[in-house]
Amino acid sequence: MSERFEYAPAPESRGIVDLATSYGLFIDGEFTAGASDTSFKTINPATEEVLAEVTEANDADVDAAVAAARQAYEKVWGPMLGRERAKYLYRIARIVQERSRELAVAESLDNGKPIRESRDVDLPLVAAWFFHYAGWADKLEHAGYGPDPRPIGVAGQVIPWNFPLMMLAWKIAPALACGNTVVLKPAETTPLTALLFAEICQQADLPAGVVNIITGAGATGRALVTHPGIDKVAFTGSTEVGRAIAKSLAGTKKRVTLELGGKAANVVFDDAALDQAVEGIVNGIFFNQGHVCCAGSRLLVQESVHEDVLDRLKARMATLRLGDPLDKNTDVGAINSAAQLARIRELSATGDAEGAERWSAPCELPDHGFWFAPTLFTGVSQAHRIAREEIFGPVLSVLTFRTPQEAVAKANNTPYGLSAGVWTEKGSRILWMAERLRAGVVWANTFNKFDPASPFGGYKESGYGREGGRHGLEGYLS
Amino acid sequence: MTTLSAALPDATTSEPSLRRFLAGLPGVDQVGAEARAATLATRSIKTTSKAYAIDLAISMIDLTTLEGADTPGKVRALATKALRPDPTDPTCPAAAAVCVYPDMVSTVREVVGDRLHVASVATAFPSGRASLDVKLRDTTDAVAAGADEIDMVIDRGAFLAGNVRRVFDEIVAVKQACASAHLKVILETGELVTYDNVRRASWLAMLAGADFIKTSTGKVQPAATMPVTLVMLEAVRDFRRATGRQVGVKPAGGIRSAKEAVRYLVMVNEVTGADWLHPDWFRFGASSLLNDLLLQRQRIATGVYSGPDYVTLD
Repeated sequence: MSERFEYAPAPESRGIVDLATSYGLFIDGEFTAGASDTSFKTINPATEEVLAEVTEANDADVDAAVAAARQAYEKVWGPMLGRERAKYLYRIARIVQERSRELAVAESLDNGKPIRESRDVDLPLVAAWFFHYAGWADKLEHAGYGPDPRPIGVAGQVIPWNFPLMMLAWKIAPALACGNTVVLKPAETTPLTALLFAEICQQADLPAGVVNIITGAGATGRALVTHPGIDKVAFTGSTEVGRAIAKSLAGTKKRVTLELGGKAANVVFDDAALDQAVEGIVNGIFFNQGHVCCAGSRLLVQESVHEDVLDRLKARMATLRLGDPLDKNTDVGAINSAAQLARIRELSATGDAEGAERWSAPCELPDHGFWFAPTLFTGVSQAHRIAREEIFGPVLSVLTFRTPQEAVAKANNTPYGLSAGVWTEKGSRILWMAERLRAGVVWANTFNKFDPASPFGGYKESGYGREGGRHGLEGYLS
Repeated sequence: MTTLSAALPDATTSEPSLRRFLAGLPGVDQVGAEARAATLATRSIKTTSKAYAIDLAISMIDLTTLEGADTPGKVRALATKALRPDPTDPTCPAAAAVCVYPDMVSTVREVVGDRLHVASVATAFPSGRASLDVKLRDTTDAVAAGADEIDMVIDRGAFLAGNVRRVFDEIVAVKQACASAHLKVILETGELVTYDNVRRASWLAMLAGADFIKTSTGKVQPAATMPVTLVMLEAVRDFRRATGRQVGVKPAGGIRSAKEAVRYLVMVNEVTGADWLHPDWFRFGASSLLNDLLLQRQRIATGVYSGPDYVTLD
């Protein structure tokens, strides 16, 4: 018997997903080569191996996709009864469930996230989102937006690379439930599951043009959101790009919802259930390699338990298993791209330079691909860049506070306001904190919990509009 | 941990100080603890690591029979099986111990000699509803008959009524009566109900000198569960950090499949670390579990499931 309990490799089968070598665009119900003659490669960030070649849609492709969406909106989807639209959404939800293992593998391949997360978090939520909004499709007049709410028209949707399929579901499900049609652009580093979703639309016999998927980078996204043929823009991504979109749409009749960056505070009081708080801290910042807009990237811990919490946190971080995203026992996968890895490195270097103390979990990084060990910085103050800027990686800044008032002041001292966490066994303090924290979501004694019935969105520079639940319908109804 | 270490010297000086110490332990969030246990249960243990875990689990079993219908014949059969769980395979490890009522201890000892530990329940098991004198006599009886491990029950009524000092004193007295025998303290977590109580009772037992803390008698439902064992593992981990003394953990009752046993070992591995992955520090109180472990072991060796006729009846 060996001395240590080593876990043998337990890889999920890659063979379950059948990827083409190249993908065109999904316009008007068909895969098409498109007008563009340029393409780009999407790679597996864990190995840098090329997964597929994907078309970079140009202005003519955007025109074609918007025209198809307009035609479908006016002739088929807009006039269709809600209960009929619901049938399609239920069908999509069921196909997502049936194909969830395959979709989870594709997501982990293209994104680098651990299969445990794509399998147990992303895919169940994707299906849940379609089921939830399928239920709304024939009940819109009871949603509180007037007796006869109407769809807006054609929605241009641009989504990020951190939760490719989940962000697609957050965008497409409510839009379709309300009777809109969509042109969606997935992120350039993670286009594959959106293209598999296009197959699902075909499988579900969704009328042509209701969902159009165009791939490309920033220029394609710009062409989409500024296209005169769309009525609504929904964007999830960086605050920088969100600001540019808001500027470009000023003065037009287009409606906009933006879900942008965050620098969430996770506030741990001295009376918290410490072991579970440590789990929440780990889940808050190391879930999905910290590529989460609502990540709890600032730990605010009461000074009296600072040392105890750090001891427990470091011991817990040392057990995180970093490596092959397809291994079922992996907790921390690959950073999504070389560019993102460079940004994480650059920002964490400022932590060192500005005098904070770095500690990284002892783990071996693979030779190929993009990796960053789970890391925390102590001795961080509000004045450090790593306490202010969104790192979007597995890097936690640890700050302390003395009183609840100070915790609130520090938590709110950020241009962002997407989420916050509160850890205390005292119910009254949870309510007191939730009333004062300027964040769209306040989690109490938990973190990163999502449900299709619960609205999600930001204060301040974290964006506007809400996604999820009844509130998520508002952005797609006129 | 620093705050705990600082509070320790005064913790057991009086009833109020003991109560204050236990109440001052960090709480357990039920949802969070159950979620952590559920996540650990998703670990996928295959091939060589599965073979390792199965052999380790077999070597950690306290093979148990605690029935009114126990006879010398039945107990001898069980003891023989504990020595050589798989008669067809000499590489199969022995169980850790045989666990019986005090009057069966000498029968087990005759069979196993000093090759295995002999554990005896005592202290008016399973309810513990007897005077301290009777409980101590029960303990010395078992030790005199040859038990080198005593599984005592705490007075749950006293604990729930807040008389923690009384529970503490009883454990101290039983520990003394054990002499050199190892003391396992059964918390009966199914009657303590909350995880906060489980954590407090764990500390109480460790402060009073327990060598092991054990979840259940097996006579109350629910018996051992993953989250309860998680809370107890966190307690022994924190106790060692605060005092330097290592205490073992024994989930008992309700663990029937090899798959569940492997999940417990994963939890031990990731919560307390490898120091507890040894029969000296972690045990399973079980009976039918052994046969499922043997079936899985044979499947790994031969590639096919053999079936219930290829493992011995208890």
